[in-house]
Amino acid sequence: MLVAFEPKRPVKEINYAESRIYTDAELNNYTEEELKNFKVKHEIPMLEELEKGPWPSFVADAKRNALHRKKLADGRLLLDKEGSEDLLGLLEQSFEEGETHWKHGGIVGVMGYGGGVIGRYTDMAEKYPSIAHFHTMRVNQPASKFYDTNFLRTICDLWSYRGSGLMNLHGSTGDLVLLGTVTEQLEPIFFELTHVMDTDIGGSGSNLRTPSCCIGKARCEFACVDTQELSYELTNHYQDELHRPAFPYKFKFKFDGCPNGCVASIARSDLSFIGTWRDDIRIDQEAVKAYIAGEIKPNAGAHGGRDWGKFDIQKEVIGLCPTGCMAMEDGKLVIDNANCTRCMHCINTMPRALKPGTDTGISLLCGAKAPILDGAQMATLLVPFMKAEPPYDNIKELIEKIWEWWMDEGKNRERIGELIQRVGLPKFIEVLELPPAPQMVKAPRSNPYIFWKEEDVIGGWDRDINDYRKRHKR
Amino acid sequence: MKLSTEKAGRFILEKPQENRLTDLGPRHYWEYFPPVIKENYGKWAYHDMLEPGVMVHVSETGAKVFTVRCGAARFMTVEHVREICDIADKHCGGYVRFTTRNNIEFLTDNLESLEALKADLLSRKHVSGSFKFPIGGTGAGITNIVHTQGYIHCHTPATDASSMVKAVSDELFEYFTGMQLPAKVRVSMACCLNMCGAVHCSDIALLGYHRKPPIVDHEYISKLCEIPLAIAACPVGAISPDKTADGKRTVKIKNERCMFCGNCYTMCQALPLSDKEGDGVTILAGGKISNRISEPKFSKVVVPWLPNNFPRFPEVISDVKKIVEAYANGANKYERLGDWAERIGWEKFFEKTGLPFTEHLIDDYRLAYDTWRTSTQFKFTDAAWAVSKAAGGID
Repeated sequence: MLVAFEPKRPVKEINYAESRIYTDAELNNYTEEELKNFKVKHEIPMLEELEKGPWPSFVADAKRNALHRKKLADGRLLLDKEGSEDLLGLLEQSFEEGETHWKHGGIVGVMGYGGGVIGRYTDMAEKYPSIAHFHTMRVNQPASKFYDTNFLRTICDLWSYRGSGLMNLHGSTGDLVLLGTVTEQLEPIFFELTHVMDTDIGGSGSNLRTPSCCIGKARCEFACVDTQELSYELTNHYQDELHRPAFPYKFKFKFDGCPNGCVASIARSDLSFIGTWRDDIRIDQEAVKAYIAGEIKPNAGAHGGRDWGKFDIQKEVIGLCPTGCMAMEDGKLVIDNANCTRCMHCINTMPRALKPGTDTGISLLCGAKAPILDGAQMATLLVPFMKAEPPYDNIKELIEKIWEWWMDEGKNRERIGELIQRVGLPKFIEVLELPPAPQMVKAPRSNPYIFWKEEDVIGGWDRDINDYRKRHKR
Repeated sequence: MKLSTEKAGRFILEKPQENRLTDLGPRHYWEYFPPVIKENYGKWAYHDMLEPGVMVHVSETGAKVFTVRCGAARFMTVEHVREICDIADKHCGGYVRFTTRNNIEFLTDNLESLEALKADLLSRKHVSGSFKFPIGGTGAGITNIVHTQGYIHCHTPATDASSMVKAVSDELFEYFTGMQLPAKVRVSMACCLNMCGAVHCSDIALLGYHRKPPIVDHEYISKLCEIPLAIAACPVGAISPDKTADGKRTVKIKNERCMFCGNCYTMCQALPLSDKEGDGVTILAGGKISNRISEPKFSKVVVPWLPNNFPRFPEVISDVKKIVEAYANGANKYERLGDWAERIGWEKFFEKTGLPFTEHLIDDYRLAYDTWRTSTQFKFTDAAWAVSKAAGGID
């Protein structure tokens, strides 16, 4: 086995044959026929409507889980068997009433950590007793969400036994979400996760949340940086910040391998790492000719469901380049790379002919957030280009400068993006000791309300009105 | 190591810190790469979409990996995950991955197992008829809908996530299994305007929305809430401190200033606001994340409110289809929905989609002025004639 990257500690193998709780007979304890005839204990006509149609039905899936649990022998589950049925009943009632039936908040967790578990209690506990407690645990996913079946089957057995058997694959931030268990099972589950599965829970609360990344070099020719390695390294380096909330509010990292943004870091992370390059786009002129001749489908065949006519390089690539820095000269494609903004369009359209440069790194952008409180923000460009190579000390130093300032200056529940808005981007870059650059703005300011520092103005601000009056009578 | 079956597992309540492992982080990704991924990490030369949902990536070494992408409900049970494992064991050497939009990807390095894998996936259906593993989600189509918790697990939603996503996905299914659009259309959904996920930056976004101010639980608010936090939670300063008749600390809310965001309820459980008739769905359009051709864009509100008509949201589906169909008919190749709307002008977007334009769509929050039309460059549509008539400009 080729080992290109070493984990931080020896890998503990998970072997489902050894770890498992349930026998094959227990896992296959119902037939299709039984499932067809299965009715959950509550009337759920609206949810049954959602079993129809082609898209995978969450209701049909939840019913499988309900039947499977119902048919397990007593003592083969630690939670009430009827959790899935009660959840469906509660959901149906919420549809009827047009309101949620979860109580506000819930503070639970595991010792040593201040986050990772989302507490939840229903306000209909008498009617739906098996989901009276229904807490979520966030499990830190492997970078770019590759798994093997030993891992997944083991977590399924663990979660069947100590939880509801319901999950989200995955939460929006990236975690593998275990949906629904009781307070007294939180510590036992955490023990099994860490001791048997050698895996940790993710973040929640005012802390570093679970970082996530695109598929990167694992299966993409556009990846300019090792997004998995960056994500793994920074997740491990900042475990304390992830598990023990010490910040004014939440903080997210996301790692995109190129400006296509497959993990949406520019919109969904406080610190957005986006792979890029600073040398020339690599051009294979023979492949360009093959595209023009129609031998290779544009955009890797992404528009194959409709007849858009013959590929026209002028119309589809050169004419759509946002900077107009491309041309055909003597049958060859030329790119004025000094004027290229690396938007990826030409590379996306002709992936076999064009490739990102080889002198790669990241652009660092900061401050994305959803609307609450002061409006939604995309991340704003902070550092145009940084090398991103192990052990990433340059990146860590900058992260820590940002945190140090935000932890001091940030108000309660103020995202870094809002703090930058409040005090201004000029102040932020000064704190980070970055020189201002035109790349940091779409345009210079149009209002003239410019702050100056006193030391930059000859004579300073301490002036005497009597001196002024010597020159100007009242 | 075997999973424990003791009630308390390996945790000893009397010695809670004994044998506690912390700060392990995630498992290392390298363990879970199929061999073909390990061997070709960083060496990929190009890719092709062989058909909707099926990709091949070709390495500089000539090695190939075939990927089959399948839709998934995101909310899934251990039963479903075990079935995913069965498929991965049978066809993919025990490996599987999930995408950033919660699709499932099965990878194989040879064409024979690719065909068997596809046939196997499409043969699997729930007893009630829906596909368990529909193949698609690639190229210029509509892939999985990024969404949130809704009534399944959250306390602040104004609508439900899983049901709306199922209803919309059923209606857009031909676009999941096809690549017939001018560019990819990303649909996302959030059940309140905390916008967990991607609503603020998607081609089409569905958002749960309230329309009634909170109800103040005066009796309990001072016991349950940090009142200053509730006051600071309001983006428009509608909340101020107050006293009840019997002298208890509470808050008062200026109803005419409240725009129902629900953030005060997030901070203070004595300010609930959900309501059957008030709550519903807002539709946004035109956002994007990628830097391709144009810069990333926020989505814009194009439908101010539709009712929560459980379980299938017919009004929401009707408007989503109007948007998708107008875009599919009007946009140029490679043009994202927001690029199209900006090129033709938003007045033409409303004309071509047939969506009504109401006062709710005109921004009035802080930097609103930048969104108004400070030019004479506009196109005439019926909406313009209506203004001209109202102003006495024409008969």
